[in-house]
This record gives sequence, structure tokens and C-alpha cells, in this order.
Amino acid sequence: MKRSLTLAMLLALSFAPMARAATEADYKAAYAAAEAASKEAAGMRNQWTTTVSTLAAAKKAGDGGDFDRAVAAAKEAEALAKASVFQATSEKETWKAMEIR
Amino acid sequence: MMKARTALLLGSLSAALVAFALTSPRVVAADKVDPVADAKAFQNFFFQKFPNVKHEDFVNGPYSMNEDMKRQWQEKEEFPPYEFALDAGKEMFATPFKNGKTYADCFPNGGIGIRQNYPYFDTGEGKVVTLELALNRCREANGEAPYSYVKDEMASLTAYMAFTSRGKAMDIRIPDDRRALEAFENGKRYFYTRRGQMNFSCASCHVQSPGERIRAEVLAPALGILNALPIYRSEWSGMGTTSRRFITCNSQTRAVPLEPQADEYRDVEYFLSYVANGLPISGPGARP
Repeated sequence: MKRSLTLAMLLALSFAPMARAATEADYKAAYAAAEAASKEAAGMRNQWTTTVSTLAAAKKAGDGGDFDRAVAAAKEAEALAKASVFQATSEKETWKAMEIR
Repeated sequence: MMKARTALLLGSLSAALVAFALTSPRVVAADKVDPVADAKAFQNFFFQKFPNVKHEDFVNGPYSMNEDMKRQWQEKEEFPPYEFALDAGKEMFATPFKNGKTYADCFPNGGIGIRQNYPYFDTGEGKVVTLELALNRCREANGEAPYSYVKDEMASLTAYMAFTSRGKAMDIRIPDDRRALEAFENGKRYFYTRRGQMNFSCASCHVQSPGERIRAEVLAPALGILNALPIYRSEWSGMGTTSRRFITCNSQTRAVPLEPQADEYRDVEYFLSYVANGLPISGPGARP
């Protein structure tokens, strides 16, 4: 019983994703993706202040060599930017629902 | 039995066709740009939502919605916080530029009692011209550096000009020009479009919730909201222009504001001013 439990734990651990620290390359890739989404939002005249501040936080962490934090912030900034693009796209028509007629 | 079913089916079909025929022209009509109908619907919406508010009182923003605030404001009006700006604006307005000309040379009627006609659509330029923009153009045409659209000098000048128009009915014209109608429509779209992380449009606060509190503030109705500008805001500890008002609204919804006097801001000012036609100018105003 004890032996099979140890085996099961070993098996589980072998399939678990390897947790590793983010590298500078990870940060650069995540930042580039966030920056592209942010530029798209700005082009639609619908940038969110939180995208700008989160992107700035990613850069600050990246410049300081804290790539784990930098990647997390960049991914958050990308998600915010994509949400603002979605908002601008859907509002092209849905604004009419609010109109006083 | 079969005949009854067929009759029922045919009956429902004809009813659906009639309903479609009746509704589709209205859908088409609603998509046409009709500023007169829009202004009428806009005003009626507020008049019906707040039947106890006198029509000319909407221009007093939150004070038209809340009796306690109104009493406090009326007392404050005896020594209004915008008085310094008003005096400064009057002096600035009369002071000649380096070339000897004054603001009066740039405006109809010497700039006195004309606030109610701004913004206007300039058919030459094909764009909306606001009072703030016209003032800076006047400065530049006379060799002076333009003022910041959000700071004290611009607020002082517009405060004085608004004061000379107090009580005059807003009178915005839309010329028979496709571009003017587009500007009105663009302004309307901007007003109703949700933006920022908070997913708010201008209408979320100022159409859906006037009179309601947002934290300590009482939200102003959109109807006549620009008639009181510029305003002294206690929150700002100073004066604010229309540009400042739009920029702050955007920031509060976590949207990056546009540059002052961006086309979108000019157009939304055109829309909001037009739908307030007939209501008196009350600026400069004071707000919490």
C-alpha cells in the first residue's frame, strides 16, 4: 500500500507542469503581445487607463529584472487591452440601445 | 380540424406580416439623422422623468434634483466661488493683445451675450467650433500663445462670456450641410457609447441615473448640463472648462481621455448643446 502510494505520487509529480522562473525572453514576448493589443485599442480611440498603468508596471518589473512579475503584468495588460477592443467593436452598434428616442 | 389549423396558421402569418409592415418604416426612420426629433425626445424624456422640476431649472444640474443641495447652493451664490474667475475674465477680455486688438474684435457683437450660440458648425472648415477653440484661435490670430484648454485662464474668459449671456436661451443651429448632421450624429454616438474599464457611457450617469448618488455626489441630468459651464468645482478647488469636464468624466470611467478639443469632444458638445436649445445659459456655475 505504502509502495503504491509513493509510486502514485511520483507519477503525479512527473506529469505536473514544471514550475520555472520566467525569463527575459518570456517577458519580451508577453510585453510585445500586450503592446500590440494596446496599440490596437488606442487606434480605436478606446484605450483604458488600467491598460496603460498595467503595461507600465510590466515594463518597470522587466527593467528591474523581476520577470515573473513582468510577465504576469504584461499578460494582464494584454487581457485589458483585448477587452477594450471588444468593447469598442461591440459598441459600434450597441450604443443605439441606450439612445433616447 | 385541419381547416381550423390552416386558418389559425394563415391568421398568425398575416398578423406577423402586418406587424412587420408597421414596424419596419419606424426602424428606417429612426436611423435617419433628425436633430429636431432627437432634441424633442431628449427634452421630453427629462421633463417626464422629473415632472416636478421646472424646465429652466435643469441647467442647475444636481441642484435641480435635490432640495437640500439647492438651498445650500442658493446661499453660496451670494458670494459665489467663481467670482474671482469672473473678475479675472472680464479684465482679460478687455486687455488688448500686443498688437492692440482685443477678443472683442474676433467675435460677433464684440463677444458680449453670444455664449448661447456656441458651439457652432463652421461650414468653411466643415467642423464644429467651440467657444474655447474660438478663443484660442483668436489669440493665435493676434500673435498670442494659446491657453491650456483645461486651466484657469480659459475658464476665466469663458466664465465672463457665459455671464454676459446669463438667462439667454441656448440657440444652436445645424445648417443644411451633410457634415453638420454627421457631426451631430457623431456627438450623439459618443454620448451613448460605453467606454473605459467601468463600461460607462455619458448616458449611464446623466440619463439613466440623474438625481442618484454616486458616492457623495448627486448626478446631474444631461439636459442643460453644458449651460452652466464653466464651473467652479469644490472637488477641483478651482474652475473647470467644458474640456476639463469631458476629460474628467473619461478618467472617472477609466478611459484614457482624448486630447482637448478632439473632434469627438467638439461633436459631443454640439450634440449636448443642441438638445438643450431653449434652456437658459446659467454659467458660470458652482458644483460640489
